[in-house]
Amino acid sequence: MFKILKKEELSPSVYSMDIEAPRVAKKCLAGQFIILRVDEEGERIPLTIANFDREKGIINIVFQVIGASTMALAAKEAGESIVDFAGPLGQPSKIKKFDGTVVVVGGGIGVAPTFPIARAMKEAGNKVIAIMGAKTKDILIMEKEMSEVTDEILITTDDGSRGIKGFVTYAVQELVNRGEKIAQITAIGPVIMMKSVADATRELGIPTVVSLNPIMVDGTGMCGGCRVTVGDETKFACVDGPEFDGHKVDFPELMSRQRMYRDMEAEEKDHICRIGLGRK
Amino acid sequence: MALSLKKHEMPVQDPQVRAHNFDEVALGYDEETAVAEAERCLHCKVPQCRKGCPVSVDIPEFIGKIKERDFDGAIEKIKEANALPAVCGRVCPQENQCEKYCVLAKKGESVGIGRLERYVADRYMAKNEEVKPIEYAADAQKVAVIGSGPSGLSCAGDLAKKGYKVTVFEALHKAGGVLSYGIPEFRLPKDEVVKKEIDNIAKLGVKFELNSVAGRLFTVDELMEEEGFDAVFIGTGAGLPRFQGIPGESLSGVYSANEFLTRCNLMKAYKFPEYATPIKIGKKVAVIGGGNVAMDAARTALRLGAEKVYIVYRRSEAELPARKEEVEHAKEEGIEFKLLNNPVEILGDENGWVKGMRCIKMELGEPDESGRRRPVAVAGSEFDLDVETVIVSIGTGPNPIISQTTPGLDTTKRGNIAADEETGATSKPGVFAGGDIVTGAATVILAMGAGRKAAAAIDEYLKSKR
Ligand SMILES: Cc1cc2nc3c(=O)[nH]c(=O)nc-3n(C[C@H](O)[C@H](O)[C@H](O)COP(=O)(O)OP(=O)(O)OC[C@H]3O[C@@H](n4cnc5c(N)ncnc54)[C@H](O)[C@@H]3O)c2cc1C
Ligand SMILES: Cc1cc2nc3c(=O)[nH]c(=O)nc-3n(C[C@H](O)[C@H](O)[C@H](O)COP(=O)(O)OP(=O)(O)OC[C@H]3O[C@@H](n4cnc5c(N)ncnc54)[C@H](O)[C@@H]3O)c2cc1C
Ligand code: SF4
Ligand code: SF4
Ligand code: FES
Repeated sequence: MFKILKKEELSPSVYSMDIEAPRVAKKCLAGQFIILRVDEEGERIPLTIANFDREKGIINIVFQVIGASTMALAAKEAGESIVDFAGPLGQPSKIKKFDGTVVVVGGGIGVAPTFPIARAMKEAGNKVIAIMGAKTKDILIMEKEMSEVTDEILITTDDGSRGIKGFVTYAVQELVNRGEKIAQITAIGPVIMMKSVADATRELGIPTVVSLNPIMVDGTGMCGGCRVTVGDETKFACVDGPEFDGHKVDFPELMSRQRMYRDMEAEEKDHICRIGLGRK
Repeated sequence: MALSLKKHEMPVQDPQVRAHNFDEVALGYDEETAVAEAERCLHCKVPQCRKGCPVSVDIPEFIGKIKERDFDGAIEKIKEANALPAVCGRVCPQENQCEKYCVLAKKGESVGIGRLERYVADRYMAKNEEVKPIEYAADAQKVAVIGSGPSGLSCAGDLAKKGYKVTVFEALHKAGGVLSYGIPEFRLPKDEVVKKEIDNIAKLGVKFELNSVAGRLFTVDELMEEEGFDAVFIGTGAGLPRFQGIPGESLSGVYSANEFLTRCNLMKAYKFPEYATPIKIGKKVAVIGGGNVAMDAARTALRLGAEKVYIVYRRSEAELPARKEEVEHAKEEGIEFKLLNNPVEILGDENGWVKGMRCIKMELGEPDESGRRRPVAVAGSEFDLDVETVIVSIGTGPNPIISQTTPGLDTTKRGNIAADEETGATSKPGVFAGGDIVTGAATVILAMGAGRKAAAAIDEYLKSKR
């Protein structure tokens, strides 16, 4: 059992949780993820490591409630436990000193997983700029934390309620326009956002890393469910990724495969709602 | 009494009924049938059957005990060589192993060695005998076992009995390896058989650390240098599923057999939505491949409600690698075998879902390196199979996590861990390996045998270090 030490609602339906997992906290690196199960009937859900404290043995996750399993997780309170928590999984981000500015782009809750990457990039001696996108200002998350580990943050909102009005790609363009020499961009968020960033930077010639979130089961390289096509090669996101060259990823295929269980998920959510929030 | 040329039949669930449930298909002998089947054994002076068993179970001896109704004696005999008899009695490909060499097989059917093994093991399990925990010496040496499949379990069990403190690290949330996530409930009951075997090993004092992915949570070197393990056994199994590389394999509705079976067995997707993991099954399903894994996937698809399930295999019936009994059971249940057919493309609809599979007819040509006749495509014989789900079951390749993170651990050209066949010793001192990660996908009995050989070698190695 893994204890939930702290739970916080960052914005409507987005939660941050601190989980006691000392062994994972000791080993994890920016860019890796964990897989958890809420209860004995639960599915294995992958979540990126949003922060960690090696001394205290804590892993922080930030998740959005979108279906039955994240709903069951959100129903847990600090002091309660979840049954399984496995990690760190996946390859860590490649952190080094770049010749030029490093930009992290987080869309929606994708901001959370860019946080440890930004921090590690900063610690490696890079100039780091964070672009944080949200639909509207009330659902922006982790602004304070992010500003502490970066040289600059740019905010974009779809409705213009904060920062630049428009998508994160506008902010990328703005940086380019002002002559910022960008060595690498790491973009994490909804697939459609990562695709637009990759499309834009392909033309601009900026190397772009994206973190993919295909449907996973084991997360250890056994089931093959997480396969993605990257530059005409089949890759397994849980062992070869989750980070890949954004210019080579087949995004339409990823989007299509992510929808595979949509109707069943609706049924499941309904089932969970009927029997009350959370399974136990 | 003249001896029958045939084995005593195994009582089974009716095919029409069992095709819709996950309960075990083969029900097992009762005492009288077991004794009568044991009577068929001739107790050969030079028992050929033993040569066929990868771990040389003393077959005539244990069968002799059954005749005398000394069932405790029988199980003891079997356990000298086989740590998982209730499993092997069910899943060994006996027709290619012990039973193939039985003298009776020359004239009629062999002795039902597997069935007898299962009977004795089940009978013993039903007694629920107390397992005595081992008393460990205060300075007992520590061994880490990575992976809890048959190789890891048997290695751990043997080492514990020799007085070593053993910790098994398992990546998933449940122990058992393929026994838990791969082989379906209807062939190998999880609670009655697999869980009991694992519990008995735990009762010896073996610790199980689940959710522990070696190579990520810790490296092999860290286990030995920081966590005080004196030796490590790696039994991480066959690894990542292979795909054919034909167009359409990324469509929704295409599963690897591993994913399909894991969802169903480990995550209990057949009980959705009570269990949260979903599984999608079309009305018509094609399974590509002809091994045990393919049979399991096909029969699972049927039980999940598919109306029509095809096995699509590029060679002929004679080359089907699956256990004969599984092929027979699959046929009885109504699985249709499309032999000498090879998929060339999976066809998708406008939403990215499978709507069919294009196949080409094959014929058998000259023998290839494996000695089997090579299937060659018949030009112009393409046809489309109308299916909504495709399950790919054409084998696996080694998982890279441990080899990538363990300097000094040699791998073979194919990426398997290189280990001595007799001892499991790898290129790295103190590190042993066995089972599918060394041999590529093989069998439970071979993995179990490898785990036991490695346990003996680890014992030797650690004695020399004391
Ligand atoms: C490597 C990785 C990192 C991730 N990091 C985060 C994160 O930090 N925060 C966050 O909120 N979400 C993250 N996700 C997505 C998260 O795993 C899904 O939102 C979650 O599994 C949905 O479960 P559900 O039952 O609530 O929703 P469902 O109703 O079951 O699913 C809704 C959608 O979520 C996706 N999904 C469902 N099951 C899985 C699964 N087992 N694996 C992957 N995707 C699935 C599918 O696209 C599906 O259509 C990550 C996914 C991956 C693969
Ligand atoms: C569907 C199916 C049907 C089969 N049917 C038969 C049959 O009828 N008869 C027969 O004899 N054989 C059968 N086999 C083959 C047989 O099951 C395998 O040969 C056998 O299980 C191999 O044992 P193993 O101990 O090497 O590995 P596995 O059983 O594969 O176990 C390996 C374990 O290691 C864990 N692991 C992997 N990587 C790590 C890591 N980095 N850290 C920690 N843990 C890790 C895995 O999660 C797994 O639990 C079948 C296989 C399948 C898939
Ligand atoms: S272990 Fe397998 S091969 Fe050996 S005797 Fe038993 S059933 Fe036959
Ligand atoms: S070969 Fe057949 S008859 Fe002879 S001892 Fe073995 S099982 Fe009995
Ligand atoms: S999630 Fe199963 S192989 Fe990646």
